[in-house]
Amino acid sequence: MSLAGTVIAGGTVVDPVAGRATLGDVVIKDGRLVGVMRSGEWSAEGTTVIDARGLLVLPGLVDMHVHLREPGFEYKETIATGVQAALAGGFTSVACMGNTEPPNDSAAVTQYILDRARVADRTRVYPIGALSLGLRGERLAEIGEMHRAGIVAVSDDGHPVMDAALMRRALEYTCMFGIPVIAHEQDEHLAAGGVMHEGVTALRLGLGGIPVAAEEVMVARDIALVRLTGGRLHVAHVSSARTVALLREAKTAGLPVTAEVTPHHLFLTDEAVADYGTHAKMAPPLRTRADVEALRAALADGTIDAIATDHAPHHHDEKEVEFDQAANGVVGLETALPLVLRLAGEGVADLPTLIARMTCGPARILGLPAGTLAPGAPADLTLVDPERRWQVEARHFRSKGRNTPFEGWEMVGRVQAVLVGGRLLYDERPQAAALRSA
Amino acid sequence: MAFTQRHLLGLEGVPADEITAILDTAASFKEISERDIKKVPTLRGKTVINLFYEVSTRTRTSFEIAAKRLSADTINISASASSTCKGETLADTARNLEAMRPDAIVVRHPSSGACHLLARHLSCPILNAGDGCHEHPTQALLDLLTIRGHLGRIAGLTVAIVGDILHSRVARSNLHALRTLGATVRLVGPPTLVPPELRALGAELHTRLDEGVRDADVIMMLRIQRERQGANFFPTLDEYAQYFCLTEEAVRLAKPQVIILHPGPLNRGLEIASAVADGPYSVIMDQVTNGVAVRMALLYLLIARSKAEDALEPEALAEPSRRRTGGRG
Repeated sequence: MSLAGTVIAGGTVVDPVAGRATLGDVVIKDGRLVGVMRSGEWSAEGTTVIDARGLLVLPGLVDMHVHLREPGFEYKETIATGVQAALAGGFTSVACMGNTEPPNDSAAVTQYILDRARVADRTRVYPIGALSLGLRGERLAEIGEMHRAGIVAVSDDGHPVMDAALMRRALEYTCMFGIPVIAHEQDEHLAAGGVMHEGVTALRLGLGGIPVAAEEVMVARDIALVRLTGGRLHVAHVSSARTVALLREAKTAGLPVTAEVTPHHLFLTDEAVADYGTHAKMAPPLRTRADVEALRAALADGTIDAIATDHAPHHHDEKEVEFDQAANGVVGLETALPLVLRLAGEGVADLPTLIARMTCGPARILGLPAGTLAPGAPADLTLVDPERRWQVEARHFRSKGRNTPFEGWEMVGRVQAVLVGGRLLYDERPQAAALRSA
Repeated sequence: MAFTQRHLLGLEGVPADEITAILDTAASFKEISERDIKKVPTLRGKTVINLFYEVSTRTRTSFEIAAKRLSADTINISASASSTCKGETLADTARNLEAMRPDAIVVRHPSSGACHLLARHLSCPILNAGDGCHEHPTQALLDLLTIRGHLGRIAGLTVAIVGDILHSRVARSNLHALRTLGATVRLVGPPTLVPPELRALGAELHTRLDEGVRDADVIMMLRIQRERQGANFFPTLDEYAQYFCLTEEAVRLAKPQVIILHPGPLNRGLEIASAVADGPYSVIMDQVTNGVAVRMALLYLLIARSKAEDALEPEALAEPSRRRTGGRG
């Protein structure tokens, strides 16, 4: 066929929906995918060819849990810097949490976020609305108005919904819009005074512990509420083997429950807190080696649907303090993909399965037009050099946040180029000049 | 001399020969406090800052006396008087203090790990005088000196530590050091305050006072914080005392030559009966005396070591008055 479009030629095309990785050419026209073809099936005439030989060609990655901090905390991150970081990490769609200032609990704030994202014109941004007004856990926010303005889910992330009746109503009410309730599962009474996983490391360090049960009881409660209401529950950043067991049971029973895990919970344990390093402080906390293994197994067998970074940029001054005073959270957008490639290398699952957790998995949960190579889909694509070695240096991040627990790690695999809607918005190929018109 | 530490942040991981070196040095310093003129010139011209973010009478006074008996100049900064109420961070306060060139900073802070944070920012020695629920190493060292003074050894002894283990920095420091030196450590208290993970640190756990103290060589009572009552770690102080107050009856279950320690201040009738606190087996006042000697030893060892490191660099010509000997004594 002949076309005046773009072709990503000669790469290993990973199709997470089909579960395949094959050599092929991805053909793009008018910002949409035409399809994956073999060379010879398209004509070079009038076509822009991007040489992807030796590269992986992935559907643009989707991160369903980031904090872009705007409005209100622009000193930590802005939507503009956040989407630059997302693009550098290979993400073409991100969903941002509503714990801004003011919180995203109204259509006006939702609209503001979308406007800022449009101006930035990089990675696509999908706002998540607050579940409750002011994230206070008392009254429902105007979910319908926010939905009309463009939210893709509701969540009081960072402020667990302790009122079971409010959670019940949220699960019921959101059925009207078909959007999930994303839950940060932590019983605040059990977690009171805790700053890390409750276990021998916390005991040694004299730091207050957050027991696994603080997550487990809330997940069990909310699964019961899903059974009651038929609402869609998505469990954010699962941290423990016990939660995995509950999720597996709920899914086997056919309940509409989904879950995500962060890269840091897939690699690190509570021992990373030794010497009071605040870059290992996050909520939920890093847990044990047995939890890490259970999370990896759940990722492989589909009990966990998505990998999400919980990208949580903070200013240096909020981390360079006493451990119990330090802010929770780590940045993740610019380190997630190489860590997932490492999981593939370690044999946790095959590459298409793991990429599915970063593409079609989260896209399905949020109903996004992303994460697929189907003809007609937006041409969001991420090109990765799977052999490129590099060392994590936070000072080179696009994000304003430097709070990574992976500083100094040797990574293999790096994003080379990213297309959003067919436009080449990120290009760090060594031979960037090789972009040519035939 | 086996002492190699740059700071004293805690006793976990400090090897036995280094702990013994501290205790030996402290033992040799005890005699200074018995003199008519209780002062030696060892640290003359040195400056020691006591940076206290928690109220403390005993520990701060003990550090101040220790520094003064070695002729160091001491400055006391308490949180209420410092710039912390102006919103200055701990790291900034520390940098400012460092810019005034102290030779050691003694720190007490309500946050576990505060001394680790300071040690990352400062080059001068940091002495942990109690950080949150983490460690209180000088307290444990004075306890060890007291035990060694009375019983002649640490290895092979059975030591029962009774009370709020979960929140106790004294218990943690003692557990690490006693285990390192070869003692058996029993931790005794209600299950809410003695979590099972403590077994992984090498302790035996007991929820009954009589079983915990039976045939013990040493009983160490911890102070019960009154505010724990409201957090449901136990129903009332009265009920706590019924189960865990150390009475003469309980002491009789221990070895005949048992000694009783308490880090102070005492809650008489709550965790310890007055008859026990004032009884013949109580060594509580010896602990206080030994506290000064242990802190003198640590100031000496840490400042002398950091001086030895300085000596590797060219002597500063701008300091002609610095001499290492002479003066009153």
